[in-house]
This record gives sequence, structure tokens and C-alpha cells, in this order.
Amino acid sequence: MTRLPAWIEYLLIPIMNLALAFAVAAIVVMLIGESPIDALTVMINGAFVYEGALGYTLYYTTSLIFTGLAVSVAFHASLFNIGAEGQAYLGGLGALLVALALQDWLPIILMIPLCIIGAAAFGALWALIPGWLQAYRGSHIVITTIMFNFIGAGIMVGLLSGSLMRPGQSNPESLLFEDSARMPQLHSLLGELGIEIGRSPLNLSIVFAAFACFGVWLLIWRTRWGYALRAMGASEPAAHYAGVPVPRMIVTAMCISGALAGMMAINTVMGDQGKVTLGFPAGFGFTGIAVALMGRSHPVGIILAALLFGALLQGGSELDFEFQTITREMVLLIQGLIILFSGALSLMFVPWMERRFARKEIA
Amino acid sequence: MTYLDFLLVFDSALRLATPLILCAMAGLISERAGIVDIGLEGKLLAGAFAAAAVATLTGSAWMGLCAAIASSVFLSMVHGFACITHKGEQIISGIAINILASGATVVASVALFQRGGQTPTLDRDERFSPIDLPGVDTLADVPWLGPLWKELISGHTIPVYIALISVPLIWWLLWRTRFGLRLRAVGEMPAAIDSAGVSVTWLRYRALIIAGILCGIAGAFLSTAHGAGFVREMSAGKGYIALAAMIFGKWKPWSVLAACLLFGFLEAGANRMQGTPLPIVGEIPIEVVLILPYVATVILLAGFFGKAIPPRALGTPYRKER
Repeated sequence: MTRLPAWIEYLLIPIMNLALAFAVAAIVVMLIGESPIDALTVMINGAFVYEGALGYTLYYTTSLIFTGLAVSVAFHASLFNIGAEGQAYLGGLGALLVALALQDWLPIILMIPLCIIGAAAFGALWALIPGWLQAYRGSHIVITTIMFNFIGAGIMVGLLSGSLMRPGQSNPESLLFEDSARMPQLHSLLGELGIEIGRSPLNLSIVFAAFACFGVWLLIWRTRWGYALRAMGASEPAAHYAGVPVPRMIVTAMCISGALAGMMAINTVMGDQGKVTLGFPAGFGFTGIAVALMGRSHPVGIILAALLFGALLQGGSELDFEFQTITREMVLLIQGLIILFSGALSLMFVPWMERRFARKEIA
Repeated sequence: MTYLDFLLVFDSALRLATPLILCAMAGLISERAGIVDIGLEGKLLAGAFAAAAVATLTGSAWMGLCAAIASSVFLSMVHGFACITHKGEQIISGIAINILASGATVVASVALFQRGGQTPTLDRDERFSPIDLPGVDTLADVPWLGPLWKELISGHTIPVYIALISVPLIWWLLWRTRFGLRLRAVGEMPAAIDSAGVSVTWLRYRALIIAGILCGIAGAFLSTAHGAGFVREMSAGKGYIALAAMIFGKWKPWSVLAACLLFGFLEAGANRMQGTPLPIVGEIPIEVVLILPYVATVILLAGFFGKAIPPRALGTPYRKER
């Protein structure tokens, strides 16, 4: 088998796949009867230029870093965690329960780490069960995580419209996080230091997201455990012969993955809304799959991909205001195309590239 | 509850089970050929939109059905292009199709109708209306059988009957024809089929075409028979429940049918029981009943009762030896 040079494999092919996805989206915009250039300009302005726009973009990016990392850790073990959506949802419950139990007594400096632990623990729990079932009972992780998304959503609807519902609400919403359990927003933090930035829900979670990226890199590429994990992902029987306790590794990998997904909740729930709302993960768990694929499961790639999708999401919401006939669901379409071209069809250009590359080698 | 109440619950269970049966049969034929199909949800949604949009534009439910089938088969072919021709990851392709469909249906319906992602409400003659089977009046006075015939068996829309016919049809196709034998073999051991000189690729593509047709009919049922127009995200996870039912029925048509009916019955029962306490357990929240299909599937997959064995070559692209 020929190996492609790194710049083709990690730069050219991803860019070609991405370009293809955007080209199809541009054709769709033209079919609708609008100019793709105009739509792109609106999206770029909406994502970066307008006041507070960048803050929103980075806020979405933060959520996507968490879910993207979550999916990538499982990917390294060649496990497919489609359950990040449900794990993030349950993570919100974890943070909420910790906050409701302790927020009247403890100061913010203790509450924030405790709530993060709560979110991570519940996310991990929601991945632990599918992981355990895969490792010890042989049920397929993809199916169980899909099922757990729905089971989690059902439980959350029950709780949010039942015992955790805030009285006097018509929509199912949880009780509120007090200020002591809220993630400080950057515009108010920087405002106290005398630096003015536009209002946005961007909050301290982005710092935790950066730590998480570093932590995942360290864990996967700089520890024995990470080596064993990648070995298992490359070949399970080989890892088994080398003495890797495969079932236990599967369970731990899923727990870490779920914990990272659960931590998405600290960004949306504690950093912005201050309450758990119905369906708050809003598809970010699924977008995390796209982020992990685009980012080649590497933290640096994940940051870049999360930024791309964060910008798409924020810029896409601007489409609603500027066009009669294009809405933010355009972004969902683009997202689907990106997953298709850079995920499912990622090998499309490879044979062609290999032929070209082989020709070069002879010459 | 009276006999008539029971019949009405079963009647509504049958209607709720219809999209599940069609999608589960689609999933069954595709997975029997070795292709994982978690894109059922997306195909169902795309079908629902295409049916409603074309029915609105042409005024004909049948044209809507054709459009639903076309759009769903198109997505199936995208899946095939990615997973069969380019040997891509089947689960990723399925997710892409689901996300693509949930974006594209809203984009297209906003572009066409500008109603915030909905299609205009369909008139009676733009929809499939319930048809009365012969004998409703003659049997009306017969006790037990009369109401059974009138309430449960008769008075459904055409897609409901198509769904019921699809089960024996798929069974016959897979277990009584040469095509079916080869199709099942391609899901177990594609190399054997290849060495017999039969094209693995073409067999798998045909399985996906049939799956697309079935999902398209299911979509048309949602928007032009059960409902009266397309609403965003109207598939509401039914494609995934169908997937669960397919696994729960262990990839066998009749068991899958039973699982679909059971899941439909659970939902119908939950709707009916909402707010009324049951003996011993008291009032059951509807959410609990609605997650039961998923819980049951997880328990089954874990091997705690019975064992669900998927086709052996499921999920692995076939590479021809050179």
C-alpha cells in the first residue's frame, strides 16, 4: 500500500472534501434563487464582524470542542459514540443536581468545580452503561448509544416537567442556578478589568475547554494508557495479546468520552441559560461527530473544526434576518454535506491521489 | 374498557405502527444485505416532505407518493455510493443522511412555501383517505366480528395496507426467491457470492433501492395519510424506533412485524392511558412508556433474553480480492 505524503493526507484531501460540501451547498443556494456569495458574506459578517458575533461563535465553539473531544476519544478506541447528545443532556442534570443541593451554602469558587464534576459524572454514567454492555455483553455500541439518547431524553422530559420543573412555567424548564453556581461570562469579567467587549454568552468554560484539549492530547499521546487505547483501536486482538485488558479499556474510554460530552453542559447550562431547558444540547452532540471527523480526532484539528462549525452555526442564524428564503437550517444541510464528504466519502479522492502520487515517484 | 375501546386502541396502534413496519422492513432488507442503515430516519423525513410538497403542488397524493419514493431512493443511493462504491463508514454515512435530511427538508420547504418550514395544509382530495373494505355494512350487525372488521381491519389508508402486505412480500422475496437467497448470502459472506460470479455491488444496491422505496412510502404515510402536510422534524425518531424494532425482531420479518405492532401498541396505549391510574402501579407517566421500546431493545441486545445475532458481514464493505 502506498502512503500519501502528509500534506496531501492532512491538508489537501480535507480541504477538497470541505470545498465539495460547500460547492453543493452553493448550488442549493443558487437553486433557491439567491447568490451564494451574498449568503457567505452574511454568514461571515454574522460569525465574526458584528458586535458580539465573535463571542457567540466562540461560545458555540466551546460546546463543540467538548462534544468533538468526546467523540474523538471513543474514535481512538475505534468505538463509535453517537450518544454524546444524550450524555450532554444528562450532564446538564448532573450539574443541576449539584447546584440545587449545594448552591445556597458554598461559594462560587467551590461550586464551579463541583458542578463540573457533577456534569462529567452524569455524562460518564450515561456512557458507562453502553460501554459496559459493549465490553461484557457484546451489544453494539452504536445501537445502544442511539437508544440511550432516546432513553435519556425521555427521562429528562419526565424530570423537567415533573419534580425538577420550576413552578409557574408553561414550558418544561428546571429550577434556576443561583449566581454562586453560574459560570462567569467573559464580558462581565473583562468589564470589571476595564476592558469592554460586546455582550455574548461566551464564558469561562472556554478556558476549561482549552484545558480539556490539552488533557486529551496528553492522555492519548503521552501516557501508557493512551498508547494502549490507540493500540486497541488499531487492532483489538493484537492489543489483547499484548496484555491490554480490552473490556476494561472499553469501559474507561467510554466513561472519559461521556464525561467530556457531559461537560458541554457547563457551557450552555451554567454559562448561559442558568437553567436546564428541554432539549438544550440541540444537536451539538451530533455536530461533535462532524467535528471529530473533520479534526481527524486530534485536539488541534478539533479546535479548528469546532471553530468552523461554531462560525457556521452563528453565521447561519444571521441568514434568518437577511433572507426571506434561506434559514439557519441551511447550516444543518452544510453540516450533513460535510459529514458525508469528509466522513463517509473521505476516501473518494484517495485512489486518484495515489495514482498521481505513484506517477511522481517513478518520475 | 369495553371491547370497542380495545378495538380503537388496536386501531390506533396499527396506524402508529405503519411507518415503523415500512421502515423496519427497509432496514431489514438493507441489513440482510450487509449494509447498516441508520439513515432510515432521514429517508423517512425526506419522504414525508417530498410527498407533502408534491401533493400540494400537483394536487395529487399519488404524485406525492412517487416523489416520496424518488427522494428516499435518492438518499439510499447516496448511502450506497458512499458505502458500497467508496467503501466509506456506513454509520457515518447514515448520520450524514439524517442530518442532511433534517436540514434539507426545512430549507426546501421554506424556499418553496415560506411558512417557517411547514407545507400548506392538504385538502381531503390531496391526501390518502381511509378506504372501506367490502363487507363493512353486511357484517355490521354480527357481534364481535362486525366491529372488529369495521373498526380495526377496514377504514385505513392505502399505505397502512401496503405496510401490512410488505411483510409477507419481504419474507417471500428473501426466503423464497433466488434473489433473496443471494441477498442474504451477501450479508453473511460476500466472498462466496462473488466467487459464484454474482455482483456483490449490484445486489447491495438493489437492497438499498428496495429499502428506499419502503421508507418513501412510510414518509408519504406520515404527511399525506396520517397527517395533512409536512411539519419540521415530523419523523420524530420513528426511523430509530424502526431500527430498534428490526433488532428486537432479530432481523426476521414476522418477528419484526410483531415488534413494530408491540411498539405501536405501547404508544397507543400510553396516549389512551394518559392521566388514568392503573391498578397496583398507579399512574404511569407517558415518558416512561415511550422509552420502553428503547429499553427493551437495549436489554435484548445485552443478551438477557434471547440473543439477537446480526448478519455476519454487517457493516463491512466488500473488497474484491485482486
